[in-house]
Amino acid sequence: MAQAHAPQFKNPVVKWIDSRLPIFTMLDHEYNQYPMPRNVNYLWAFGAIAGIMLVIMIATGLVLAMQYAAHTTIAFDSVERIMRDVNYGWLLRYVHANGASMFFIAVYIHMFRGLYYGSYKAPREILWILGVLILLAMMATAFMGYVLPWGQMSFWGATVITNLFSAFPLVGDPIVTWLWGGFSVDNPTLNRFFALHFLLPFVLLGLVILHTAALHVSGSNNPLGIDAKGPQDTVPFNPYVTIKDGFAVVVFLIFYAAFVFFAPNYLGHPDNYIPANPLVTPAHIVPEWYFLPFYAILRAIPDKLGGVLAMFGAIAVLAALPWLDTSKVRSCKFRPIYRQFFWILAIDALVLGYAGAMPAEGVWLLVARIGTAYYFFHFLILLPLLGKLERPLPLPASICEPVLKGGGRVAAGAHAKPMEKA
Amino acid sequence: MAQTTHPPGTGGHAAPGGEGASRRDFLYLATGAVGAVGVASAVWPFIDSMNPAADTLALASIDVDLAPVQEGQAITVTWRGKPVFVRHRTAKEIEEARTVNLGELRDPAADDARVKKPEWLIVVGICTHLGCVPLGQKPTDPRGDYDGWFCPCHGSHYDTAGRIRKGPAPANLVVPQYAFTSDTAVRLG
Repeated sequence: MAQAHAPQFKNPVVKWIDSRLPIFTMLDHEYNQYPMPRNVNYLWAFGAIAGIMLVIMIATGLVLAMQYAAHTTIAFDSVERIMRDVNYGWLLRYVHANGASMFFIAVYIHMFRGLYYGSYKAPREILWILGVLILLAMMATAFMGYVLPWGQMSFWGATVITNLFSAFPLVGDPIVTWLWGGFSVDNPTLNRFFALHFLLPFVLLGLVILHTAALHVSGSNNPLGIDAKGPQDTVPFNPYVTIKDGFAVVVFLIFYAAFVFFAPNYLGHPDNYIPANPLVTPAHIVPEWYFLPFYAILRAIPDKLGGVLAMFGAIAVLAALPWLDTSKVRSCKFRPIYRQFFWILAIDALVLGYAGAMPAEGVWLLVARIGTAYYFFHFLILLPLLGKLERPLPLPASICEPVLKGGGRVAAGAHAKPMEKA
Repeated sequence: MAQTTHPPGTGGHAAPGGEGASRRDFLYLATGAVGAVGVASAVWPFIDSMNPAADTLALASIDVDLAPVQEGQAITVTWRGKPVFVRHRTAKEIEEARTVNLGELRDPAADDARVKKPEWLIVVGICTHLGCVPLGQKPTDPRGDYDGWFCPCHGSHYDTAGRIRKGPAPANLVVPQYAFTSDTAVRLG
């Protein structure tokens, strides 16, 4: 991360540290001077929002872990104690529980942004694959976190999801026994889920750091999907994007706070306030909303192993996306046909989510099957073909050209202003 | 790999033509193999610690008194943390279970292979799809299209011998190990 002009720090302590461990130079380079395409819109703020969510989840999770007890006999009661007796326990738990949903909202918008503007295409393939790994780590973390309150949905969600692995021939049953540490979901399972739920966010944090590092190699994509050609196409990250992202974060936090304070249980399930009972399955098991599209895919396939493979395949296909999409044009703005299919995919994801919340019978089973078929059709057939068949619109010569009509003038103040703060 | 990093004949003591190189290759492979075995044996305790512990494995078998269970009734007992269904089948239910054409079944099993006494059906009450507890134990429960059990989670139907008949489950309800200790008592496990 060497650069042409290293910043001059006035503070002698900063200077002393920086000459021995150049973290201030690095921060200046990555978060102060880092050139952002000048045309990015508010959809580009969701990466920052997701990052803030991870920090909030780790902070609230840490203090909740100090009050929670991972044992089947007292787990449920310890959560109720957090709600009733612990100072601000109710707030911390609601911030944490709703935070999971907000984290997924931010990440799903972030992903669809990437899909729409072709952010996964060369040279950002590894950046995208790291993103898919982040999604997987998030899903595992969220699933195990939902088990910890040891309510009915916790217990039966854990039973259904761990049983997915029994679908694999021969190794399936030993794997499930190993995951459980017993012959059913029980205390050993709860204990290890707590340990892993504590560990995985830090794995997630490591992945996020790699994701950001990969991003800062290729630079951010932008709504036109063309590369920045020089300083006239970019603005420094600070103050332009810090302010813009900061504003977006505040708006998002208002939305988040509305759930925390006015509808803290809206996104949850009332059955999870019933203590876990291994002898009674709730009439209707549903996962949290962010898993519903994948749950619909699981149930759409009438074969157990097939359903499991389709569900994992729905995520694996995302990792292969940079090679499935054969079009050289990144942004949907210049892909009139793909743009329409993008919106069909977005609707398809919502329909799958709705079907996943409904009982798997009758018309909803049919809807889930059609939705699943379209999902895989979109990625496996449509995208490879469309890149060859579609005629994209002409791309602008540069990012600033459509705005400045070819003037290419350096944005006033963007680069003239000397850096004042480290 | 070894050939590229250590070309034959450059080691001084290695004879040209590859004898020394192949000896060195052998040493690399042998060292690598010992290392791999060492890593695997060091990792195994970590993995195996997550398997069921001795106290979990030391499961007491349980005795169930069948005397109070009238014909047509069913009870659920807990064994190894799982529900076990004990159903006192009616003559009609036994008849239904016996007259099925085995060729039609997804997981073919004759009724007498699944019971020790025809009137007592004992199965683990866990759906073989994704582990829910099927309904059908209480008189008010739905029993599915085959008078056995119905799993509300994903819609699997089991018949009066606990065999899968319809829905996503791949296999019949599991018959646990058990033995009759008297005419009206059974020991599970």
